[in-house]
Order: sequence, then structure tokens, then C-alpha cells
Amino acid sequence: MSKISIIIAREFTTRIKKKSFILLTLLLPFLSAVIIFVPVWLGSVKGDDSHKIVVVDKTAHYLPAFVGQNPQFIVVPDTQMREAYRSDTTDVEAVLIISDDLCKKPDAVTLYSQREIQPELQMFVEGTIREQVRRDKLEAYNVEGLDQIINDVQTDVAVQTVKWQDNGEESMSSGTVAMVAGFIFTFLIYMFVMIYGAMVMRSVMEEKTNRIVEIMVSSVRPFELMMGKIIAIALVGLTQMLIWGLMLALILGFTSQCFGTDGGVGEMLTPLLHLPYGELSVMFLLCFIGGYLLYASFFSAIGAAINEPSDSSQFMMPVTIILVFAMYAAMGSAENTDGPLAFWTSLFPLTSPIVMMVRVPFGVPLWQEVLCIVLLFATALLFVWMAARIYRVGILMYGKKPSLREMWKWLRYK
Amino acid sequence: MSYFLQANHIYKRFAAHTALDDVSIAVPEGKVFGLLGPNGAGKTTLIRIINRITAPDSGDVLFGGRPLAPEDVMRIGYLPEERGLYKKMEVGEQAIYLAMLKGLSRSDAKRRLQTWFEKFDIMPWWSKKLEELSKGMQQKVQFVITVLHEPELLIFDEPFSGFDPVNADLLKREILALRDKGHTIIFSTHNMGSVEEICDEIALINKSRVVLAGSVDEVRRQHRTGLHQVMLDDAGLEALKAAGITPLGVEEQLPSMHEVFIKTVSQ
Repeated sequence: MSKISIIIAREFTTRIKKKSFILLTLLLPFLSAVIIFVPVWLGSVKGDDSHKIVVVDKTAHYLPAFVGQNPQFIVVPDTQMREAYRSDTTDVEAVLIISDDLCKKPDAVTLYSQREIQPELQMFVEGTIREQVRRDKLEAYNVEGLDQIINDVQTDVAVQTVKWQDNGEESMSSGTVAMVAGFIFTFLIYMFVMIYGAMVMRSVMEEKTNRIVEIMVSSVRPFELMMGKIIAIALVGLTQMLIWGLMLALILGFTSQCFGTDGGVGEMLTPLLHLPYGELSVMFLLCFIGGYLLYASFFSAIGAAINEPSDSSQFMMPVTIILVFAMYAAMGSAENTDGPLAFWTSLFPLTSPIVMMVRVPFGVPLWQEVLCIVLLFATALLFVWMAARIYRVGILMYGKKPSLREMWKWLRYK
Repeated sequence: MSYFLQANHIYKRFAAHTALDDVSIAVPEGKVFGLLGPNGAGKTTLIRIINRITAPDSGDVLFGGRPLAPEDVMRIGYLPEERGLYKKMEVGEQAIYLAMLKGLSRSDAKRRLQTWFEKFDIMPWWSKKLEELSKGMQQKVQFVITVLHEPELLIFDEPFSGFDPVNADLLKREILALRDKGHTIIFSTHNMGSVEEICDEIALINKSRVVLAGSVDEVRRQHRTGLHQVMLDDAGLEALKAAGITPLGVEEQLPSMHEVFIKTVSQ
């Protein structure tokens, strides 16, 4: 076994075997499902208790529309507003007063309450009245079958989007699906560069402060040590993603088994099937590797230069700003994937791996993809080279935090 | 005498200061060579150059008679002054990993490691994490890791620091045993007492230059003060008072290495 593969093997297995890694990898999909679905589910649960609503309808015209409409609200008719309804101990949730014909005086209705009116209650009241008023107005026109005509006139239009395939075939496409797919990939790259880049930095710093590094570099070249670490951590990241991908596939398969593939879902999923998966996965892998290599080598140079974690913030700040900018640029580019912002930020190597992934599902000219990848890898290799030179000197330098000028000098040491 | 390792006219400059200024040393084969000097004299830099951790600005290092090559690091064992291992890693696994990086196969490393662990009676530590061991125990493990791949050249930087007298003695015996087996040893220290006990040759580096070199006896002889220790019995003492009588034994009082060190460095 070559030395670098021994290093990769150790760095990889110690991380994979960590309890925190196993737990996070297995639980995160469930956790994120919980985080997404629990609030939705809780929101959809209706309270069992019903609320008493007093309706004082001077016209007596609207009252029937309220009775028995919604089991959540018990409608109690009354002839006038009473002091008791305003007391603190009342069980009356709200009092609705309708004082005139709403077709003529639309503001002749008011809802009173001790507390802030629940949106649900307001929607209920407004909806009921709106419907009644609409019916009244239609009747006032005195046209036979007008109701039908109106219903007939109202048509929902949903444009079907179709993208021509290269072979002339038509395929259902969906801008929304493409956008969501792009964002998922973009977000994955962003997260992994941040999380695993920081892991590289921590690990380098740990070896330096542990002083094990002196033993290591008396056996292997510093470059082998640095690359071994960077590669191993990338493999850890890819393994994690692979596991998540498999789990997602399993969960999707399971749910479609459970609920059957009825027409609605099938139609919704058709655009999903027609995403350019080959292109997406190739571009994702290349962007991931290039972007990760670029930032991880930068992080390892920082880890080698500093002596304690608190020193890192000064160097981390610009990186974080660039990455967050890239994220915003990606969001902006999603609106117009061929605009100048999308074009330039998806070529600039520091932002391209993140922005490009938003554009790929919408189709990007091949020359732009190639140029993006070439620029990205050229820059990444330059960063690796510079990082290796800083790393080599930095790991053996103890004492004060080096300035940028000193690190520049390290670049040129023999 | 054949030299196992020679460093010739080594220069090394860092941004602000010169770490090594025309330093030459010659380490004889199968001997213990003491590399002495005060803090910051340049010892660690020289050791790092021998280990190929850093490159000299000029000068060359001969290893077994030919220029030092990258593969030669496999034939060197290095115990740095600043000890450190992976805290969270199990002791046995860690030692095997480091031995593999020195070119041993996994099975060889494991076998040799078992021998050493049994010798030091530390088998129970095998699957403990390093951080669970005391500092002295960690040092022992590190010593084993240094010698595990049986390198021809061993470099110990302050090996006794952090050891209690019993374990320091154990270590001293092991170092001498390694020398007797034919290993060449570079031994860097400030502790002059141990120099007299185990070093055959020394070089003293002060302010980036070699200021003193040679065999321990030679060096001490060079610094003779003309004082002699004379042994007499009571009668002899009486007689000596009366007239010039030959004493039972005369021994020249050579300065200790400690005294040589202080004198040379504070010149």
C-alpha cells in the first residue's frame, strides 16, 4: 500500500466509525422529515373545542347562512348586543353585528371580540357573507341560469410546459421542478463545502497542536498528509450522501407502495423523470469535487497556519462571505438562469460550483459548462499547490498567529 | 572510523535569523552521538534536516556514505522533543498505523509491537485510547513506536524528559541495548549527566554553530584544569604532611560534561 492510501484509509475509517457520524447519517433524513412535517401536521390538527359566536342580525337575512355551516363555530342568534358578552367570564368568542343590507352598505358588518380575532374565524365569517352577498347580487340581475353561466366562464388555465429533447421528442418539463432540483444540488454543495471544509481545518489544526505532525512528516511528505486528509474527508462526505440517496430512494419507493401511484402524483412526477439526470450527476460530481478541493485546500492552509481555534475566525470570515454571496447569487440566478449574474457567477471559480448547479436543470450551453469546470479545476489545483506550500511550513511553526505577509513568504520557501 | 551519517556545511536561514551556520557533524556507526546545545541553538532544525522534514539552504547530508534520499526516512526513527500522538485513537491501532507509514506491513508491525508491549509489560494498554494513559505511559508508547521499524538510525530528542527515575533507567538500558545491536543513535539533550553515561561522541551547538566536537573523553580532556584527585590512607596523609610520598592512587579531576557545557556556552 502506498503511504497516501494508508493515510486515506485511517482518516476515512476513524471518521466513519465515529458514533456521531453514524447517528447523524442515519437520523438526519428522519430529523429533517420531522422538522418539515411536524409543524405542518400540528397546524392541520383542529382544536376539538368549539367556539360560541353570537350573531346579531338586524336584517335577519344573513343568519341562516351561518347556522350549521362549520361545526367549530356554534352560532347563537340574538337580537341585540348585551353587556354580558363583554364580560371577562363570558364563553362567547365573538359577536357579529350586521346592521343593514350588505349589498347596499358593505361596511354594515362588524365583528367584536374580547381577544384578537382568530384568522380562521374571520375567514369563516368573511367567506359566508361574501358567498351570500354574491348570491344576492346575482339574483338582483334577474337573469335565468346566471349562476351556471358564471361558473362556466371561470376557467383555470395551467400552461403545460414542454421541452424539446435533442432527438426531437417532446417531454413534459416543469420550471418549478427544475428549480427545486437545482436548489437541492446547490444546497448540498454549499453545505458540504462548509461542513467538510471546516472539518479539514479542524483536523489539520488538531494534528498540529497535538504535535503528532512532527512524527507524521518524518515518515511521509507533508503534501501526502494534506492530500490524504482532504481526499479521505471527501470520501466521507460522498459516503454520507450515498447513504442519504439510498435512504431517500427507499422512502420514496415505500411511500409510493403505500399510497399507490394514482394519476395525480404520477403526473406531478413526470417532469421529475425528464430532468437531465446524466448531465446533472456529472456536473454535480465535478462541481462538488472541484469546489470542495478548492475550499478544502484553503481551509487546510489556514488550519496549518494558526495555533488555536479562535485564530481561525479572521480567515474564516472572507470564506464565509464568499460562500454566502455564492448562495445568494444562486438564488438570484434561479429567477433568470441565463442572465448576466447567472452567467458570470457560474464561471467565477469561487462561486461557480454553487451557482452552476442551479442553472444545469434549465439547460446550459455545453461550452459554458466546460469553461466553468476547466476554470474551477485550474483554480482548485492552484489553491492545492499554494496550500501545500503554506501547510508544509505552517504545521511546524508554533507561537504567534502568522500575518498574511508571513504566509506569503512561506509560499516561496525552498 | 566509518561514519553512518555526515552533515556537511549546513546553512539554514529563516526570515529573521540564521538557524544553522556552516554546521558539520559526523556520527560514527553503532555509537551514541550526543547533540548538545542550549535552547534555540539550532538542534531541532538540524534534526529536522536529517529527517528530511525541512531542506537546508545549502550543504548536504550523507547517509551511509551517499546523499540522503527520500526513502531513507524509512531507516530513521525519530522521537521528537514535543511528544504527540492521536489522543482519540487506540494505542495498538495507532502504533501499527505509524509503523505502516514507516514501511512495515500490518502483520509485521503487529507482531513486533506485541513483543515490545510484552517486554515493557504494557499489553493491557493495547486497546485503550491514548488519552486514557498517563503522560509517562504515553511516552513509553511513543518510544516503542519510534523503534518499532528497527531503523538503522535513531534520533532521540530529550528522551528522558517526563520519565520517573525508574523508567528513565529502563529507557537508558534500552537505548544502550539498541546501540549494542548496531543501531546508530543521535541523542539530543540538555541533561549533561546522561551524556556522560551514554554518549560516545558529542557535538555542541551554540548560536547556530558547532563550537565543540569529539569523543566525550577527548572533550573532557581538552578542558582539563590540572586538578588531580589523590587517594591516601591515614598513614599516607600523615606522611604527606611530613614529606613527599607516593599516594595510593592519583586520578585526574576532569570537568564534568555539565561544567564543559556551561563554560563553552557562556564564553
